[in-house]
Amino acid sequence: MNRTTRLFAALGLALAITPAFGQAPIKIVGLVELSGTGATSGTNFDNGVKLAVKEINAAGGILGRQVQYTSSDTQSNPGVAKALAQKAVDDGAYVVMGPVFSGSILVSMAETQRAEVPNFTGGEAASITQKGNPYVFRTSFTQTTAMPKVARYIKDSVKAKTVDLMWVNNDFGKGGRDMIIAALKAEGIAVGADISTDPGQVDFSSAVLKAKQSSGDALFVYTNEEESARALRELRKQGYAKPIIGETVLTSQKVIELAGDAANGAVAHVGLTADAPLPAIRKYDADFQREYKSRSDHNGLKGYSGMYIVKAITERIGKVDGKAFAAAMKGAKISAKDYPGVLMDVSFDQHGDIDRESFLTRVENGKQIVVQTLPPLGAK
Amino acid sequence: MGDFIQLIVSGTATGAIYALAALGFTLLWQAAGVINFAQGEFVMLPAFAMLAGMLFGLPLWLAFLLACVASAIVLGAGFKFGIVDPLIRHGVIPLVIATLGLSIAVKSIVRAGYSAEAFPLPSPFPSGQFSIAGINVSNSDIGTLVLAGAIVIGLQAFLNKTVTGRAMQAVAQNTDSARVLGIDVRRMVLYVFLINAVLAAVAALLITPTYLAKFDMGDSIGQKAFFAAIIGGFNQTRGALLGGVLIGVLENLVGYYVSPAYKEGVALVLFLAVILFRPEGLLGKAEERKV
Repeated sequence: MNRTTRLFAALGLALAITPAFGQAPIKIVGLVELSGTGATSGTNFDNGVKLAVKEINAAGGILGRQVQYTSSDTQSNPGVAKALAQKAVDDGAYVVMGPVFSGSILVSMAETQRAEVPNFTGGEAASITQKGNPYVFRTSFTQTTAMPKVARYIKDSVKAKTVDLMWVNNDFGKGGRDMIIAALKAEGIAVGADISTDPGQVDFSSAVLKAKQSSGDALFVYTNEEESARALRELRKQGYAKPIIGETVLTSQKVIELAGDAANGAVAHVGLTADAPLPAIRKYDADFQREYKSRSDHNGLKGYSGMYIVKAITERIGKVDGKAFAAAMKGAKISAKDYPGVLMDVSFDQHGDIDRESFLTRVENGKQIVVQTLPPLGAK
Repeated sequence: MGDFIQLIVSGTATGAIYALAALGFTLLWQAAGVINFAQGEFVMLPAFAMLAGMLFGLPLWLAFLLACVASAIVLGAGFKFGIVDPLIRHGVIPLVIATLGLSIAVKSIVRAGYSAEAFPLPSPFPSGQFSIAGINVSNSDIGTLVLAGAIVIGLQAFLNKTVTGRAMQAVAQNTDSARVLGIDVRRMVLYVFLINAVLAAVAALLITPTYLAKFDMGDSIGQKAFFAAIIGGFNQTRGALLGGVLIGVLENLVGYYVSPAYKEGVALVLFLAVILFRPEGLLGKAEERKV
């Protein structure tokens, strides 16, 4: 055997035995809105996942395997999201994280379901988990869970008899509108002006004037981040003085940053907030700021905690198996004591809906203040 | 009636911003035969330049002045010498394609540098509103109207009352005759590019507090400015003003009296109507060309 032959033989042997010593990384694929109308939401979600992956890998990975996370831009377009979901499946993704937009996940989740790949989403539209897909799981509340809490607040604290609605005309907004109308009705509150706005709308002057001229006692605003900020700016510009209430987005850090002083006084129920008075969330908030030089909004928390849920369930089943993962998610309870990365104790029902504590927040002096911690629905 | 007047005032303010960007379209077309489809990005870039200035602790007014200078150098002289001059001899179409490419490239670069997220820019006007005879008007709308109006009036005065302005108009009307008369055509054309760049910076100052600074913020304003220029008349600066204000006001009226969901379609419907029934624009003059 000459020297060259010996060298090739040694290389071949090295390649042959490599898998026995170093296992292949676990592939997690992010389908996120990095451009288009959902850029703020998607970027935060993506950064949250990335931060969690970095921490998980630094701590030894999942079941001793490193996590390989790659994210793709859905351009906030459901068609692109569907194509990317197919690609993620073809690339052998173990779990898919995202999209955040309800309209996108409603279209893309058919691909992950077909391939039996668990799919976590930041979408809040009630219909996502009502389609009988056993592979889709939420990282945030469904509108069905959140809206009754908002309606109760409007009745008990705002004491409004009539509420005007301003909502964005996409799956997220339409779902929220339908749910808040049902929740308000259940509390005996009438709906005044019903104002539809467009995704990406920049000029809210006529929408706000409509709200101003309505006889409603308060305004419920349910739009995406940038639109919420523009709506708040226009509401303040036109001197709107009635209570402004929202769900999740309205008092998020990004909206406050974009709306400035115009956000002061807005109230919203939020499932997750970086301002929550919990040590795990405080630590996350500091780490996120150190990593990205900006504050995380609720979508960052969704991505981060979602990734730690993947770790917890995978370690619970003891193998990297999408089908077993999805089965283990049914009725799963994960304690923040055992897995601090999940941030709060969480539980999942048979549909993939999440339950945990939530918060009532108000914007004061440009900061989101938690004014009340609400118990999980299952705790009642 | 109060609502109607309030809608007119706020629509005129928004329309005035469209008009500033539309003016750039008409000026460049008249002076250099250039249709700049990156006009929206010419508004977006100064917005990010102002943000960058404010990151270094500059007050808004100083950041704006520096953005004007940077805009004049990069989007005025740089655009003319770097893109227009080498391509103009090949005709309008290569230049149109080049500006479309420029638009995509600029957006991609800004997105890579600043991310795809939106950023707030403070308003140059104090917040709040005041009431006149029961009609509520915001300081911001009045400030926008006054500033945009002053710039338009100043520009018209410059074009009509000064020797340089008249020379620029002469170049716009007939380049060969202007050259025979001893006018430095190249310099006059450069002035037009510089004016366009500064107008874009002013539009950025006025519109970004509402639109928010984002890599794709120019899509909407560029499109509306183009429609405004066509509606008013591509070969008339007054036409750009009329087109801009018309779109701004009608968008507000449709948004309030019909539905906010339809307001984005107003400019397109007006554009189609003008193209069908008065292709030269409401104030434009029909141009004849030998074929």
